Amino acid sequence: MSAIGPPVGALELVVTIVAAWVALGALGLVRPHSLRFVSRLIFPAGACVALLLTVIAFLSLDAPPQSLVMPLGLPDLPFHVRLDPLSAFFLLLIGAASFGVSLFSAGYFRASEGTPPGLICFQYHVFLAAMASVVVADDAYAFMVAWEAMALASYFLVTTEHRIPEIRRAGFLYLLIAHIGAIAILLCFGVLQAGGDDYTFDTMRNMTLIGAWPTAAYFLALVGFGAKAGLLPLHVWLPEAHPAAPSPVSALMSGVMLKTAIYGLLRVTFDLMHVQLWWWGVVALALGVVTALFGVIYAAVQTDMKRLLAYSSVENIGIIVAGFGLTILFRAYGKNLLAAITLTAVLYHALNHAFFKTLLFLVTGSVLHATKERSLGKLGGLIHRMPWVAWLALVGTLAIAGLPPLNGFVSEWLLLQAFLFTPSLPQSFVNMLVPLAAAGVVLAVALAAYVMVKFYGVVFLGRPREAHLAYAHDAGRFERFGLVWLAAGCIALGILPVNVIQAIDPVNAMLLHSSAISAGGGNWLLLAPINADRSSYSPLIVLVVIIATVVLTMRIVHRFYHGRIRTAPPWDCGFPLQTPRMQDSAEGFGQPIRQVFEPFFRIERHLPTSFDAAPRYFVRIGDPFWSWIFLPIAHAAEFAARIVGLIQQGRISVYLTYSFFTLLALLFFVR
Amino acid sequence: MAGVPLYAQFINLLAAILLLLAFAMLAQRRVLTLIDLFAAQGLALAISTGVVAYGTSQPHLYFSTVLTFALKVILLPWILHRLIRRLDVRWEFEGLINIPTTMLIGIVLVVFSFNLALPISQLASTVTRSTLGIAMASVMLSFLMMITRRKAIPQVIGFLAMENGLFFAATSATYGMPMVVELGIALDVLVGMLILGVFFFQIREQFDSLDLRHLEKLKEPDQ
Amino acid sequence: MTIASFLTQLLELAIAVALAPLLVGWVNMCRAWLQNKSAPSLLLPYRTIRKLFMKDAVVAQSASPIFRTTPYIVFGAMCCAAAIVPSLATDLPFAQAADAIALVGLFALARVFIALAAMDIGTAFGALGARREMFVGFLAEPALLMVLFTASLISGSTSLPTIVDALAHRELAIYPSLAFAGVAFTMVSLAENARIPIDNPSTHLELTMIHEAMVLEYSARHLALLEWASALKLFNYSCIGLALFFPFGIAAAGDWLALIGAAPALIFKLAIGGVALAFIETLSAKLRIFRAPEFLGTAFLLAVLAMLVNLLLGG
Repeated sequence: MSAIGPPVGALELVVTIVAAWVALGALGLVRPHSLRFVSRLIFPAGACVALLLTVIAFLSLDAPPQSLVMPLGLPDLPFHVRLDPLSAFFLLLIGAASFGVSLFSAGYFRASEGTPPGLICFQYHVFLAAMASVVVADDAYAFMVAWEAMALASYFLVTTEHRIPEIRRAGFLYLLIAHIGAIAILLCFGVLQAGGDDYTFDTMRNMTLIGAWPTAAYFLALVGFGAKAGLLPLHVWLPEAHPAAPSPVSALMSGVMLKTAIYGLLRVTFDLMHVQLWWWGVVALALGVVTALFGVIYAAVQTDMKRLLAYSSVENIGIIVAGFGLTILFRAYGKNLLAAITLTAVLYHALNHAFFKTLLFLVTGSVLHATKERSLGKLGGLIHRMPWVAWLALVGTLAIAGLPPLNGFVSEWLLLQAFLFTPSLPQSFVNMLVPLAAAGVVLAVALAAYVMVKFYGVVFLGRPREAHLAYAHDAGRFERFGLVWLAAGCIALGILPVNVIQAIDPVNAMLLHSSAISAGGGNWLLLAPINADRSSYSPLIVLVVIIATVVLTMRIVHRFYHGRIRTAPPWDCGFPLQTPRMQDSAEGFGQPIRQVFEPFFRIERHLPTSFDAAPRYFVRIGDPFWSWIFLPIAHAAEFAARIVGLIQQGRISVYLTYSFFTLLALLFFVR
Repeated sequence: MAGVPLYAQFINLLAAILLLLAFAMLAQRRVLTLIDLFAAQGLALAISTGVVAYGTSQPHLYFSTVLTFALKVILLPWILHRLIRRLDVRWEFEGLINIPTTMLIGIVLVVFSFNLALPISQLASTVTRSTLGIAMASVMLSFLMMITRRKAIPQVIGFLAMENGLFFAATSATYGMPMVVELGIALDVLVGMLILGVFFFQIREQFDSLDLRHLEKLKEPDQ
Repeated sequence: MTIASFLTQLLELAIAVALAPLLVGWVNMCRAWLQNKSAPSLLLPYRTIRKLFMKDAVVAQSASPIFRTTPYIVFGAMCCAAAIVPSLATDLPFAQAADAIALVGLFALARVFIALAAMDIGTAFGALGARREMFVGFLAEPALLMVLFTASLISGSTSLPTIVDALAHRELAIYPSLAFAGVAFTMVSLAENARIPIDNPSTHLELTMIHEAMVLEYSARHLALLEWASALKLFNYSCIGLALFFPFGIAAAGDWLALIGAAPALIFKLAIGGVALAFIETLSAKLRIFRAPEFLGTAFLLAVLAMLVNLLLGG
């Protein structure tokens, strides 16, 4: 990699790519109603641009930072952009994931009641451009402009089917929480800037905050970026917005946009600030673990496949933030090597999540198209009808469930290794807290396997629960390309961890001045964070050995015995009237979890009595955070509005009197 | 661990077993098993006292070993078994909070008492000072058990287990109390046990049950 | 990696694969004795497997390829696990590629595949078994990991051979945390190997079965492989337990003399372990399925406590 070196003017190229995306989007507006034009031409072109971005970002991962002042922005307040390893890593993530999504989208969008395809195309590409701009922005002004553009573009994409009231509501909720977050981020930058000359990140880097100000900045960032990432209790928009949005958009939002929030957290905490306090880490660790457990428990009881994935995103963000907290903890105690390992785990998991979650959201899109069903209770048996989608989804499922030798396992392995290093911390209280957090993370990961078995088993395995599923068709060519790319990414990231970690390492060097690759052990085959004696893992060998055993067993069994096989109907347990509806439903699969964690749910349940003529069982599981936090706030706001409403009389002269008195008061105070 | 004498390691092991038994008691539903666990805890305590006596060559601790063994492994479980036979209460009982939650609270208590004990034990000079945290945790867990149970007998066992924790703190972390104090405590426990036994009969006479919820009726009626 | 260590690796794997059904037979025999029944032959599991291999496989019409490949994958994963766990010697080259966390991952891989295969046919029993298996797994897996973490905190490594080396070849020291870990591990292994009190390996009662419900649709060579794999799982769990809590007699690297002594030691330890397992199974009653999380939650919390005790008492 270093032999080739960064392309000359990599930053210029990135800026060009951003501009190209916007231009491609605008091109879609030329013929807004032509689906063929948009899907056959513009989306594939956008995908090519994404691929180019991936390559450039990869090449500039270990390049020295480059910065540029753009001829854009307000007079005296131009946009600054900068490309350093951290931005390059996130550009890589954006490019790689959006390549798959764009390819998929080329085959995905159909004519519909909602937004015309040209407009979707415009919003989609502006969304991509905005995400790329967020990670290269080098001053607060450019950052906020890009951040808001990202929020707005995604809002419009979420409300593509804007004729449905629930979708409008979901979009509004998303926009609302995005703006609460944006306010917090704005205030955070205000604190960081600390009355300096301008708003560039360089100024902020040179500022030394004193007293409680660093803490204030950190917590503002945690709230602001946490709202975007879906940290508790600001996660409520995720399970609403993801099912509402078209699948490629959910995929981008969940797989990529959430990561920009992680980017923001890392940028503010490790780059713009110079001190980190240990208890910040404890807070983030606790918050992350609670978020992860909450997300996965809720995912286990969902019956809508996209809501299930949305809650699973909450879980993964929780794990990432827990790792982030642990990084702060190590960093605050000066253990830079351990901090580097943890940070590597965090970045690795972010990258993995970008691949497998994007893949799975796209899979739900294909299923949705083929069956017009989103409810898990009405799917089933799709592996026979949609083999491509089903087998690629299996890769994503195994990856997200954290099973070796796929990618989800690698990052979780690294994170658990990092957790095991804590006995070296000087504070006994933290030392005891961290194993508890590790236990929480492990529990969340194990539950994730439960959730993913439920997801895959109910959607793809078994027999079709509805008659019309027999007409489900497999994904088209472009959709397959997108899915194959992402699945291949999951496999490659899983079996080549050493190369990936080497590629990520410049980020560690930049943020922590330390490297995760120790001199002690490991080679291209063997991943060994500290030394090979302490711990090592080699997915490639594991994969080869498993495959070898499987093939060998198969050969031996067939050689010494026989391979005869008969097919027959499944055993009916002596009860021949079995219908596919008698299979375990999604509710049924989640029922044990619901029973165990009953105190954490708000369950609305209707059980039929034995005298009901048309018995219906009904259960709905609500998010307790609505009634704990959001509804009280909403009621308070309504109450305040009513009080303010008292002064609203409706007569012009009264309003003029208000203005008059305001004027008098102002004159009195200003005199 | 290297450098720590073997007897101290053995006491650490017994401390861990003590804590383990405290957790097992917290999770146990059946009253008969609870008594057995209590007896096992007493046995661990007696052995640890004996080991301390041997390790630090304090002969008077041998007396407490014998005393502990006689009282906590033989006498008290025997009284409890008799009580249960006489009262005919062999039920499984449900706690006020379900068991996993109780255990979760227990873990929090353990972390709390470990941290609380850490600065104290750093001041101590004995090799087994780190067991102080465990002793404290056992006391807390027994207390928790008393809180979460609604029947009388488990509460009494919780009370006795709490005394076990205190006694362990006294012998293992500080190498024993004066003989008089120990004898006094032993007598107290015994007498307390007997009085409580009498109480059980009284309660059952009154309410036909040992469920302590019935005691709630004894307060003044609201005006 | 030398030829010698490679050979040790192969020898250990071969012994695991060959002895696993014997262990199951031994446990069944002991249990029958304890229950005053006349015991089945020690070699019965081998005969069952052979008989199943001879038969024609019957596969349900609605089965997908997942159903047919799962037995091989589960068997392969269990073989890999057997290659990691030091039962005879600690000189295992493959253990470098997969440590204790990967071991738990391999078990999880097998579990997920067998659950998916159970859901594949689309009968009520299969899904029921899959659900219950995952339900047991979501608590058992973290508990097992916590037990392994405790051991790795003591030895400063997550690689199983290093852990065993640290525990076995050292000056005599007592680790109180291992007491907790041992209890937790026993509970987990009972649950994971479909034993009483969580599951009953010898019934097909629909209200209670877990493992048997999942493999209900399997027949012939597929069933044989699954049975063999579950025997291997029991063998692996036993060896993990022996390696963590009774690591004596396991040969160190390059110690050929010890290797010769290690095999009888292993068989002796496994025989004792089998008796203990039969005892536990005879003495305890099957729990209701919703008592299972309580049982496993206790195991999980005990394992966490083991880590805490380890931090407090320093070993």
